Amino acid sequence: MEKNVVIDLKNISISLGGNEILKNLNLYIRDKEFITLLGPSGCGKTTTLRIIAGFVQPDSGDIIFENKKINGVPPHKRQVNTIFQRYALFSHLNVFENVAFGLRIKKLPEEQIKQQVEEMLDLVNLKGFNKRNINSLSGGQQQRVAIARALVVKPRILLLDEPLGALDLKLRKDMQVELKNIQQSLGITFIYVTHDQEEALSMSDTIVVMDNGIIQQIGTPLDVYNEPKNAFVADFIGESNILDGIMRKDRLVEFSGHRFVCLDEGFALNEAVDVVVRPEDVDVVTPDKGMLKGVVTSVTFKGVHFEIIVDIGGFKWMIQTTDFQPEGSVIGLYIEPDAIHIMKKSEYSGLYGDFSSFSEEFDELSEPNESEEE
Amino acid sequence: MQQRSSLKARLIASPYVAWSALFIVAPMFFVVYYAFTDAAGAFTLANIKALSNYTEIFVRSITFGLIATVICLLIAYPFAYILSQSGANVQRTMILLIMLPMWMNFLIRTYSWMALLQDTGLINAILGKLGIGPFHMINTGGAVILGMIYNFLPYMILPIYSILTKLDRSLIEAAEDLGSNRFNVIKKVVIPLSMPGVVSGITMVFVPSVSTFYISQKLGGGAFDLIGDTIERQFQQAYNYNLGASLSLVLMVLILVCMAVMHRFTDNDEGGGMVI
Repeated sequence: MEKNVVIDLKNISISLGGNEILKNLNLYIRDKEFITLLGPSGCGKTTTLRIIAGFVQPDSGDIIFENKKINGVPPHKRQVNTIFQRYALFSHLNVFENVAFGLRIKKLPEEQIKQQVEEMLDLVNLKGFNKRNINSLSGGQQQRVAIARALVVKPRILLLDEPLGALDLKLRKDMQVELKNIQQSLGITFIYVTHDQEEALSMSDTIVVMDNGIIQQIGTPLDVYNEPKNAFVADFIGESNILDGIMRKDRLVEFSGHRFVCLDEGFALNEAVDVVVRPEDVDVVTPDKGMLKGVVTSVTFKGVHFEIIVDIGGFKWMIQTTDFQPEGSVIGLYIEPDAIHIMKKSEYSGLYGDFSSFSEEFDELSEPNESEEE
Repeated sequence: MQQRSSLKARLIASPYVAWSALFIVAPMFFVVYYAFTDAAGAFTLANIKALSNYTEIFVRSITFGLIATVICLLIAYPFAYILSQSGANVQRTMILLIMLPMWMNFLIRTYSWMALLQDTGLINAILGKLGIGPFHMINTGGAVILGMIYNFLPYMILPIYSILTKLDRSLIEAAEDLGSNRFNVIKKVVIPLSMPGVVSGITMVFVPSVSTFYISQKLGGGAFDLIGDTIERQFQQAYNYNLGASLSLVLMVLILVCMAVMHRFTDNDEGGGMVI
């Protein structure tokens, strides 16, 4: 095992109310890492967090904190603190007392409490808010109080459960940057839970993609984006055209009735595979120059680019291009070898990556109050 | 449009306004009127001055009321807390059991206590079989306070319970997360946040305890006159409405003062504990 692993989850399984939430989960987290558990509602990411915090006990498996098993250790004895989804601030205490809460439990001298709380409030840009009532603060300010309250007790690990979920888009973006800065300046391990892939990509050192209580992929943001393990990951992170293909030989794949040079190898001869092509990696060319050609069936202006749906032999591709292509026009597509990513077939094959029923998928950003998962 | 709807609103409100005027404002007026007049209807302060004869009863009423309230709180809070942590079925059953006695007549319940507490009553009979006692329980101050506690305990449990069940679970987790053990969670988070329920519970137990008149007669054997008994006697036996009114007025003022003092301690919150 690697050095400086701060927390190690081994063979964790848990069922809640008759539902299997986590199935034999294995995950280790390095010190000072910013790791994100990413997945749809009910994938088990919040439960994983709660197991680390000590709020729930796994049915089986071990939680190892700095080489010590901490399975039965209650939350108040763990060097782990949590930022709750809805902040869970104490409304009977003012801002200062909320932040001071953990220090008072530790019975630090008043002088020290005052100094550390002030420092923390300064760090989260809430200087001068000491006496303010919690309920008089905006969502963003409450969020900052929650961060200060958790960080002031100097945790080894900070757990963040969709902390930005209740904030509006602009504030979210600002807080993302701020959280990342705080994490880097304090050198604390952050375990961040979100269902927002963009948030995960822009903040994390490591992303853990989860679905159905199983880890689908662990990797850097670049890895999970460029080299998704299966159709679920490819679809959940970014947009993907996922096609059925056959490996004709190393570095040669056939799909959509055409053979493409690619960079992937190590598959069996004529193995059926899933092929991922990202919408931004396809070049639009004139029909005669294209490797594939098709009819544009819809065009949406997205600001930076146009999003067009192209029908190629019945399969609808999504393509992002900066050149306007009118609906009904015939265009050619050119795909570079490094734009093609080959994946082994999985249980998710065929479920994702076809845009034939595509209707402006709801951006999950627009519904911040996503139902809580347990 | 604006005019019409406000007229409509006034029309709808009018029965309630009339009711309030007839049954709340008018009686209050009469209480004040009688308190400051003599039998002939002339203004006098004699009724108020006469109150000094009843100091002992006032003190006893308030003392008994306070004792009953404190004991109710000590019983009700842990009970409500444990109940709020129990399973849904347990909660439903227990709440039903708490409400059940309230469906029976208050007088009958008090009579039952007489039967239980008498020197030859059920409790002493059982104790006698075990070779203990008998204890003299009926017609003591303790019996009166017991009657108050028994009758008013549900009014303490219910508001506290209802506020505790609404307490956000993540607040307790946050406190644990920040290093609180169970004791500190309760002391620093649960109790402060449930104060509105405690305040309304105290109000709903203290006020009827102080002004009750039946419990003391039946369980105190007339030896522990409370202010409620005295007032009743002025109206029912002595036909001295003026003295009765002045006693009522002063009792009301005393209760208001007690409530005001209590609210001073807990006023920093938005409240909202008045439920049932």
